[in-house]
Amino acid sequence: MSLQATAAPAAVRLPRWLVPAGVAALFVAAYLVFKGTGTLPHDKEAPQFLAITDLREWIDANRNSSPVFLYFVNYIRIYVGELYTALYVALTSLGWPGLIGVMGGLGWLAGGWRVGLAAVAGFGSFAVLGLWDESVLTLTLVVAAVLLSLLVGMPLGVWAGRSPRLRRLVTPALDVMQIMPTFAYLAPLVLFFQIGPIAGIVATMIYSIPPAIRITALAIEQVSPTAVEASASLGATRWQTLRKVYLPLGRSTMALAVNQTIMMALSMVVIAALIAAPGLGDIIIRGLSRAQVGIMLPAGIAIVVMAVVLDRITMAAARRGPHDRIGRARLLGAAAPAVLGLAGTAVLPAQYPEDWSVRFVTQVNEAVRWAETNWYPVTAFVKDVTSAVLLNPLEGLLTSAPWWLVAAAVLTVGWWAGGVRPALTALGCLLAIALLGVWEHAMSTLSMVLVAVVFTLAAGLLLGVAAARRPRFSAVQRPILDAAQTMPSFVYLLPALALFESTKFTAIFASVIYSIPPVVRLVEDGIRGVPETVVEAATAAGSTPRQLLWKVQLPMARRAIMLAANQGIVMTLAMVVIGGMVGAGALGYDVITGFSQRSDFGMGFAAGVATVLLGVMLDRITTARRSS
Amino acid sequence: MRMRLLAGFLVLGMSVAGCGGAKVDTAPQTGAPTAGSAPASSAAGTVKIAINPWVGYEASANVVAYLLKNELGYQVEMPELKEQVAWEGFETGTVDVIIENWGHEDLKKKFIEEKKVAVEAGSTGNKGVIGWYVPKWMADKYPDITDWKNLNKYADLFKTSESGDKGALLFGDPSYVSNEEALIKNLKLNFKVVTGGSEAALIKSAQQAQEQKKPLLFYFWDPHWLFSKIELVRVKLPPYTPGCDADPKKVACDYPELDLDKIVSKKFADTGGKAYELVKNFSWTNEDQNQVALDINNGTDPQEAAKKWIEANPAKWQAWIPK
Repeated sequence: MSLQATAAPAAVRLPRWLVPAGVAALFVAAYLVFKGTGTLPHDKEAPQFLAITDLREWIDANRNSSPVFLYFVNYIRIYVGELYTALYVALTSLGWPGLIGVMGGLGWLAGGWRVGLAAVAGFGSFAVLGLWDESVLTLTLVVAAVLLSLLVGMPLGVWAGRSPRLRRLVTPALDVMQIMPTFAYLAPLVLFFQIGPIAGIVATMIYSIPPAIRITALAIEQVSPTAVEASASLGATRWQTLRKVYLPLGRSTMALAVNQTIMMALSMVVIAALIAAPGLGDIIIRGLSRAQVGIMLPAGIAIVVMAVVLDRITMAAARRGPHDRIGRARLLGAAAPAVLGLAGTAVLPAQYPEDWSVRFVTQVNEAVRWAETNWYPVTAFVKDVTSAVLLNPLEGLLTSAPWWLVAAAVLTVGWWAGGVRPALTALGCLLAIALLGVWEHAMSTLSMVLVAVVFTLAAGLLLGVAAARRPRFSAVQRPILDAAQTMPSFVYLLPALALFESTKFTAIFASVIYSIPPVVRLVEDGIRGVPETVVEAATAAGSTPRQLLWKVQLPMARRAIMLAANQGIVMTLAMVVIGGMVGAGALGYDVITGFSQRSDFGMGFAAGVATVLLGVMLDRITTARRSS
Repeated sequence: MRMRLLAGFLVLGMSVAGCGGAKVDTAPQTGAPTAGSAPASSAAGTVKIAINPWVGYEASANVVAYLLKNELGYQVEMPELKEQVAWEGFETGTVDVIIENWGHEDLKKKFIEEKKVAVEAGSTGNKGVIGWYVPKWMADKYPDITDWKNLNKYADLFKTSESGDKGALLFGDPSYVSNEEALIKNLKLNFKVVTGGSEAALIKSAQQAQEQKKPLLFYFWDPHWLFSKIELVRVKLPPYTPGCDADPKKVACDYPELDLDKIVSKKFADTGGKAYELVKNFSWTNEDQNQVALDINNGTDPQEAAKKWIEANPAKWQAWIPK
């Protein structure tokens, strides 16, 4: 990949042709000469892995003799547990009609009757799908995790927003929390918090705190300095400034922080189920072990619906201006469904009646089976061609090249893309991967990530451009993107496994589906953001639509597209572990092995860290381009 | 406004919880038994059976759970857990019973001998056989393929996009017992282990291999419901002799037939009373398990499938009920 990347600009301009081509030729020559030497092959029993495993065993053996640590962790456990139980009791005691009504009321309060109606329909669908109890359990877990994330994240975010130094300190930690595959720390987490909902909440929090901190910091930063100065010159104390200026003015962005925290928490539902957190995730895991999409799909739909409802409510709250007041009419309107629902709880049966729900397990299974049988020849062909032409050669190239040559290539690309500092950071990450003892697997994961990103960008650009040009297309596409982002990937992985077999291609397919939505949104947003005057000027000058796109809109949206590429890479890396479950092997499989075999914990952890390092490396190379 | 929304939500929740106080106590009991896991922690009379991720296991667990509930009046929780995680549950009290254990000598050593938090509770009566399998159509077309000595002859057939110029041997979840790498090396087979990564990967590949008449050599085990859906033929490896798998790097023989057994937490063994007796007495055949497992897999609710078997086989289960 690096070779093509350096050679790419060669075709564009002749004068700049010589240097990149020369460098590329040099690399090719070096590869041909040194191929197969210095490859750092994978060793399951590398000393690094064993050292980490021993460390874990040591912690395990000593956790009872270290009272300070034990009491600290135990207290967290007790309080999180109490919160969870209290929330669960509160939510279940509302009864199913009551909870539906209350959610409707909340929706109405935040965004008027439309949102209220969506909330009623959404929560009603959990009952209709026959998944009421599981949905409430999942909602409890998500609400608990989100409340705790906000409790910790918002103050930190406010602080980080006002202190750039803290921000610089916190950012890398947040990067690690978001890219580190959850599996890598799931086992030690269980060590401290034991299996069950509490460990599930803590695991979810680790993943959902970063947006709470990041976006809150952004909200505080965006508050206009003049307002702050005015407040200070009027003699306001710091606390008053925070309460009366920062918080009200940053309010709508902070609602976005709440929104993103909820979305992140929901995406952890299935992972939390792996350590015995109850709810919808449990059903997905069950469907997976029976290889039945029909079991998983309703639970997947319920998760998507929950995400969409909570998203609409929080986004509606975010859109309201800082000084909007809620009118009496809206208050009354909001009260109506809540009261109605609670009245329903008193009248209707306590359990949602079984025969009021719709079940379509068999039909879905049959439809999936049909598709698996009939589409196979085509999908297998696509998989074979992609593997033979793109994936396997690239993997072969990266794993058979000497490590120092790959490092040099990364250094060169980093330098060309952004300058000395990002190049050195990228190089540092790569060397750390080598030291961790997971070089070979990291290279094969890298090859998959690169191919996935290429596919994601191609599809994302196409769909994003189409959406930007046709509002109707965009409107149809939006709910599909929502679903693609929040639907637990296991649901579509089963048919993907049948159609593409257990291969690297299946893993790439899954990560492309997962990472397309943000890319499409960013591209669409970027092209929409091109000033209308510019577009008009170009049209007036006689540009065809094609010229307009290639010469005006795409170049002007370059920043957004680079950001899209960056996000695509991060999202793809988040799917590395899932890939390991469908035949991708490499780092993802190592991480799962570490989770399920005690003696391989060290390898799994090292692979998890390597995934983060790959992420940071690719991030630095792509981010650098934007600032230059 | 945001704060108020949040506060309002909390107050609303709390006040309603207050009003409905009478219902609070009953709430955990009305939770659906299939969801299996109300957050209330262990009370007397609750048995926690871990559900490991394969359907045969689920069949055994549901039959035992049904009898615990309906014959002995216990509550049953069934969290879905991987094997290793379930063992950890003995220590923390989140798991009372693992109803079908496949070997796992390392875990037995750790949790039974060293930590003393678990004890063995006898055989389930099921025989576990791990092995290498091919779809039936292959055994029909190439009759001698079922002997490992001929595998190299057919290696080309098994080539996939993942295995380079070697044949592919598909493996599943990394938590499974595995000698594959050593076997290939020591038997000098021209094959490469392809890591499927999950049971789903194995099942889907096997289904497609039969449906599309595609060659496939893969790791699998009996009892499994898949055997009642598609026919698979086991490839003969050099026969197992006691001790031939002592050194994991030098294994060159087949897997032993495993006597699947039950593991319970020490606490449950000491204080489980009749529930423990029932778990200890539970023992049935592979055919019994496959019947229930197939029903579950065909979409029958696991409880219903268990009920169906229980109604059809009263003599068998009545022997398990403690006097």
